[in-house]
Amino acid sequence: MQIQESIYHLWINSTKDKSVDLLAKYNERKPFNKTSFAIKITLIALLILTIYSFYTFDYKNLIIIDAVKDTLINMRTMFFGASLRNFTILEGIRQVSFTLGIAFLATLTGGISAFFLGLLAAQNLSTKLVSNVVKGFVSFVRAVPTVLWVLIFAVSIGLGSTAAVVGLTFHSFGYLLKAFSESFEELDHGVIEALTACGANWWQIVFQAVVPSSLSYLLAWTFIRFEINFVEAVAVGAAAGAGGIGFELFMASARYFNIREVGAITFLILAVAIILELTSSRIKTKFIK
Amino acid sequence: MNPLLTINSLKKQYDEETVALNGVSFSVHEGEFVSIIGPSGAGKSTLLRCINRIIDATEGEILFDGLNVGNQNKGQLRKLRTKIGMIFQHYNLVNRLSVIENVLHGRLGYKNTFNGSLGLFTAQEKKQAFQIIEILGLEKQAYKRCDQLSGGQKQRVGIARALIQEPRMMLCDEPIASLDPNASKIIMDHLKNITTQMGITCLVNLHQVNVALKYSDRIIGIKHGLKVYDGPPKSITKNQIYDIYESEAGELILELKDQNEA
Amino acid sequence: MKLDYFSKKRWTGVIFLAVFIVLSIWVASYTRFDLSRGLGSFVKAFNWTISSFYPDSASLVRLPAILIKLRETIFMAIASTTIASVFALFFALSGSKVTQVNSFLSIVSRGIASFSRNIPVVAWAMILLFSFGQSSLTGFLALFVATFGFLTRAFIESIDEVGHEPVEALKASGGNYFHIVFQAVLPMSLSQIISWILYMIETNIRSATLLGILTGTGIGFLFDLYYKTFNYHAASLVVVVIVIAVFFIEFLSNYIRRLIL
Repeated sequence: MQIQESIYHLWINSTKDKSVDLLAKYNERKPFNKTSFAIKITLIALLILTIYSFYTFDYKNLIIIDAVKDTLINMRTMFFGASLRNFTILEGIRQVSFTLGIAFLATLTGGISAFFLGLLAAQNLSTKLVSNVVKGFVSFVRAVPTVLWVLIFAVSIGLGSTAAVVGLTFHSFGYLLKAFSESFEELDHGVIEALTACGANWWQIVFQAVVPSSLSYLLAWTFIRFEINFVEAVAVGAAAGAGGIGFELFMASARYFNIREVGAITFLILAVAIILELTSSRIKTKFIK
Repeated sequence: MNPLLTINSLKKQYDEETVALNGVSFSVHEGEFVSIIGPSGAGKSTLLRCINRIIDATEGEILFDGLNVGNQNKGQLRKLRTKIGMIFQHYNLVNRLSVIENVLHGRLGYKNTFNGSLGLFTAQEKKQAFQIIEILGLEKQAYKRCDQLSGGQKQRVGIARALIQEPRMMLCDEPIASLDPNASKIIMDHLKNITTQMGITCLVNLHQVNVALKYSDRIIGIKHGLKVYDGPPKSITKNQIYDIYESEAGELILELKDQNEA
Repeated sequence: MKLDYFSKKRWTGVIFLAVFIVLSIWVASYTRFDLSRGLGSFVKAFNWTISSFYPDSASLVRLPAILIKLRETIFMAIASTTIASVFALFFALSGSKVTQVNSFLSIVSRGIASFSRNIPVVAWAMILLFSFGQSSLTGFLALFVATFGFLTRAFIESIDEVGHEPVEALKASGGNYFHIVFQAVLPMSLSQIISWILYMIETNIRSATLLGILTGTGIGFLFDLYYKTFNYHAASLVVVVIVIAVFFIEFLSNYIRRLIL
């Protein structure tokens, strides 16, 4: 043991560069690490902004400890004493179906428009200029919150399912366009070249090569958007009065102050959301990577 | 002289159907270079991982330097692991960190939670790390991120990380299986040097029979979780190799070997 | 044989499409969705935007008030995301297969995360509204809970991607659990984790606007106020301000992403 360790050190120490201090030599060479610097700055900035945020919040004379206690008691009543009062469970399921219907239609309209514009946004099927124009348009669409889209359209056609679907279409379109155009871009350039060489025109290439090779991706992404749209439809129902289970939730909470009903509705939404999440994560692992 | 490592009827069973090791016994002496050969799935990787208890054996006994590996508690096990370096087929480096940071990971077994977690190493440790980097010819890459290195360079970082532990034995799990012939030769030469010049015992899992025959002091053949050969490379016969690899495959490997010798 | 193959493929397509169209029509009638009105609304909305939904000089007076509310909304998004990410990191470390302490804790962490993620942020807001009232904390806590659930799942994926290899290597050289987390898992996944945090801040600015309408705080409240009092010029100014803010934050976070990924 003793012998072995001394050999080890002898060997390690027998290296060149005895004259210069090894550490000094390497310290001089040490490069500036941009990545870790950026990470540190980002984290510090977030920390400072967060602390500052709490100073600027509007607390409205709230006694926080009491509010937290109240909330915990409320949550216990809500989740362990959930019950419906103003409507039946059947009505609840009908309202959930309505919300699912809104989500479905918005996914459909968003998906169809995203498909055609996605072809124009894909760089291998379009020109750079057209692609950038489409992408710029999409980032504008995505910058406006969904509920504002709904309210803006509600001015001209009134609140209700039509305004909700149209409003939800915008973000579905923006989300799916990005997903679709990236799926299209994954198509091997050689395939397009080969079909062009056969004399195929643009639409023929799209329907004979692009669509068949990316169809499973498109469907997977569309379902994932459907999952998101359900949550969005609940939100729009509550905040813009567009109907469905979200509206019932809003009424139960802000109008009737019935926490047991809020609990029951929350359970209903939770059940649907978990089913959708499990389905979409299964679809994700199967079709996307 | 007592052997450095003794393995007595080691068994490892993953579930009812998969038996990786079915009673393997052998011992390794200080300063030996031992290769373990055998087909994929024979239990070679499991065997190495049982020695430093990355995997817990089902049955049997492992003695390292007189200590029963199976009986060590958490702290003792960490201390024992510092004396056993390990290198891997896929290098297992933290790719987003630099070479020097990865090499210093070899000192973690000597560090407390605070210093080790924050990566606070002493000047002596850093100096040692740079020395080992120079010995392995990586001085130009010292501050490069590991994902920018070639396979051969990555494996040398792996060796450096094991060496800085000041180990008495190296476990090498398929060290050259993902490398081209040139890089393979460099890595094998380094491993051989480690044994002959530093007296560190090497236990190497190998796929390439010709490489094993060329570099080893001793060959251990493993098949279906059992030891089927144990002896010097000179006395292993073609038939024994056929037997380990099950006929045709063995033929292919020996042909390669003849070519290499020609 | 050949003909069979093609006709089979065609028929599957036709049947699939037919079922889909019937389903769509049924859903549309069930939800009383009117396609022609929906399409017509684009023309109407466009005309309306040009005629009355634009910021005029009178509405510009309100800009300072709008910016103060915008600040509240942005800070709500940042604070909730940052705090949620700290909690999410702990839950993700105990939830991921790579770093889990034991499988029981892993299931518990994943379960809590799933619960807080799958109850929509609106529902959390409605629950918190009872005790926290129309204060900034209602929106902050609602965003916190939902963001925590989402980020836990995202962080678990990032940590799983690190894989067992570096962990195994550090274990073999005698490293303990904390060494492995700080020296292998975090260095490998931190860039990805920060990218998720930035993504969540972007998303939360939009969600905070929505919550503002419900809880009477931030820029959402201001939009709702102008909207309901038919002050469309001021409401449109709010939209313009939000768009500019979102663009700025997206630009900033894309810049950071380029540096760290």
